[in-house]
Amino acid sequence: MLRIAAAFAALALGLMLAPLVFTSGSALTTMSVMGVMIVFALSYNMLLGQTGLLSFGHAVYYGLAGFFAVHAMKFLALNKIGVSLPFIPLVGAAAGLFFGVLFGAVSTRRAGTVFSMISLGLGELVAAFANVLRTFFGGEDGIAANRAKLAPFLGYKFGPQIQVYYVIAFWCFVCVALMYALTRTPFGRMCNAVRDNPERVEFVGYSTQRLRFTAFTLSALFAGVAGALAAINFELMNSQAAGAGMSGQVLLMTFVGGAGHFAGPIIGAALITLLQISLSDVTKAWMLYFGLLFILVVMFSPGGVAGVLALHRPLLRGGRIFRLAPVYAATALPLAALVTGGIVLIELAHHMLVEAQSDGASTSVFHVPMDGASPLPWICTLALFFGGALGLRAIWPKIGDAWASAMMTQTAGKNTK
Amino acid sequence: MLEIITFSTLNGVLYGMLLFMMASGLTLIFSMMGVLNFAHASFYMVGAYFGFEISRRVGFWPGFVVAPLLVGALGALVERYGLRRVHRFGHVAELLFTFGLAFVIEELVNMIWGKLPVDYRVPPSLDFVAFRLFDTTYPAYRMFMLATAVAIFAFLLIVLKRTRVGLIIQAALTHPNMVAMLGHDVPTVFMMVFGVGAALAGLAGVIAGPALVTQPAMAGLLGPILFVVIVVGGLGSLAGAFVASLLIGLIQTFAVAINVSLADMVGGDAASRFGELGHVTVAQIAPVLPYLLLVLVLILRPTGLFGNRET
Repeated sequence: MLRIAAAFAALALGLMLAPLVFTSGSALTTMSVMGVMIVFALSYNMLLGQTGLLSFGHAVYYGLAGFFAVHAMKFLALNKIGVSLPFIPLVGAAAGLFFGVLFGAVSTRRAGTVFSMISLGLGELVAAFANVLRTFFGGEDGIAANRAKLAPFLGYKFGPQIQVYYVIAFWCFVCVALMYALTRTPFGRMCNAVRDNPERVEFVGYSTQRLRFTAFTLSALFAGVAGALAAINFELMNSQAAGAGMSGQVLLMTFVGGAGHFAGPIIGAALITLLQISLSDVTKAWMLYFGLLFILVVMFSPGGVAGVLALHRPLLRGGRIFRLAPVYAATALPLAALVTGGIVLIELAHHMLVEAQSDGASTSVFHVPMDGASPLPWICTLALFFGGALGLRAIWPKIGDAWASAMMTQTAGKNTK
Repeated sequence: MLEIITFSTLNGVLYGMLLFMMASGLTLIFSMMGVLNFAHASFYMVGAYFGFEISRRVGFWPGFVVAPLLVGALGALVERYGLRRVHRFGHVAELLFTFGLAFVIEELVNMIWGKLPVDYRVPPSLDFVAFRLFDTTYPAYRMFMLATAVAIFAFLLIVLKRTRVGLIIQAALTHPNMVAMLGHDVPTVFMMVFGVGAALAGLAGVIAGPALVTQPAMAGLLGPILFVVIVVGGLGSLAGAFVASLLIGLIQTFAVAINVSLADMVGGDAASRFGELGHVTVAQIAPVLPYLLLVLVLILRPTGLFGNRET
């Protein structure tokens, strides 16, 4: 209990102090988006990780709530009603809850593949309607609102990004705390039971359908908060926010971060947002990297980043983590070769296929100039890539062995005491 | 009116048969592995692009034969080195693997052939008018598409119902352990089925590419419709996939042809009460109809029209 309180105190402190450490404007924007995405990914994990429901249409609640928030902002500013910006997420929560109840009643009657398909269908349905109903969704341009026009709150007008960041940080903290608390209630435990063994839940006397429905509506509520925060942050909503792309993105964040741990989606949301914002400046093939990253995580580390970290926790506590240092150091070289080779390969191919006709064959990757038309860089890169792959393959079993032996000595040490 | 009905029926059946070429593979793969393959529509797209690339260099007919084989080989590789590896992590991981794969394939196609549609043309040997009805012509290429789809349908039916291979596949779907006990290599059977399913999707892409538009978004546009087809038909049911394919093909084609809004039907005054919704034409909501059908079917009959299993 004390450790959890300490973790939340650290989170609050981190959210408060982050703008003092990362002072640049772009860092502030990135952190604001991160805050929004953390809430969104955590709400998604209430379904995927906690209740075992794989949804392909979670952006519906995020997007629709975002639109309601934008319209609420416009309405409040137009009629000069004294409700200020920090309360807008409540509008999003209400909208998310409303659509969660509406669509949840339809989709949570079944679990498994049927649930996934209904969520996909509902997502496509909303996306298609968003293109048709132009007054509410604003067509291609979307709907814009000016957040500074709302009534001031304690003297703040929320024009500058830093003030908006603190609104987002506040709601992010509240939502994280609430969602964590929810996992600790009997309801949260029953959700886990529905995920692991629905049949036994029925035998114990619970209705799996009602549990799924409740989890679904609560998840939609938090997604609605995230959507409203996004509306506040961007002052703009367009129909893509409710579309399949956004639903895919939240799945990516949650899964890469690790759906099996509460902190997983937080890690994933922060990591993917950071990559998204920084990579799109560096390379034009960044979408491809995301796809590959996702596949690699699914294939080699289905527990995500949090799953890998959790494997090391007992060693860290036992103070034996240093035993893994040599084998990790040995892994670093082939891994670096593999990753570098892969990146150069993609960048080179991308340059030759997309830009070579207009810009010529010569380019530079990692500040190393190379000519895509000559075979030399290709051969070197391929050698790097396959050399790394072979080296990694040779060393892979040793990592598992080292980990197991470190664990072994640890438990053995405990027994002799 | 009769003209619209005739041609819409023809086009609807054609579109439905195309859908079935893909849905048949998808539903077989589902019954086999219990996994919906998100990348199935990507195989269709890859087929269209392979067909385009080969037809540009050699000609349409070599592409018609070679491109589906290449796509089939690609599918078999994906099963052997991707899906089989992920299998031990469970169904969700398998589903997510195909989800990521679809994403990567789309990005790769974007990278290799560009974001704009490519100029994949109907071959000159098929570029003539098949027949003329009510002063409207019908292109021969569409008849060729229909003939190919029907031929594939007949071929599948015969292979699955009348041959020894079909018998083993059917047995492996429901009782994989027993089939393995009898000495058949079940993983290889699965790999072959996956490959053939991918090849069929590729063939659909090769013949649909010139008639529809060959562009990187084509997989994303068709993929969800395919899911609608196999879920509405009943997961794992080939007959259901067939009926649902035709149903969805006809619904979509007819809806596009009907350019009537609620306001036109009940008169402007009554419809103004619905606001913007009143002025939306049936043609405009055509893309929505399959999903409405999906949601309705799943609410009323969660097993689908012909299915007998829920998940």
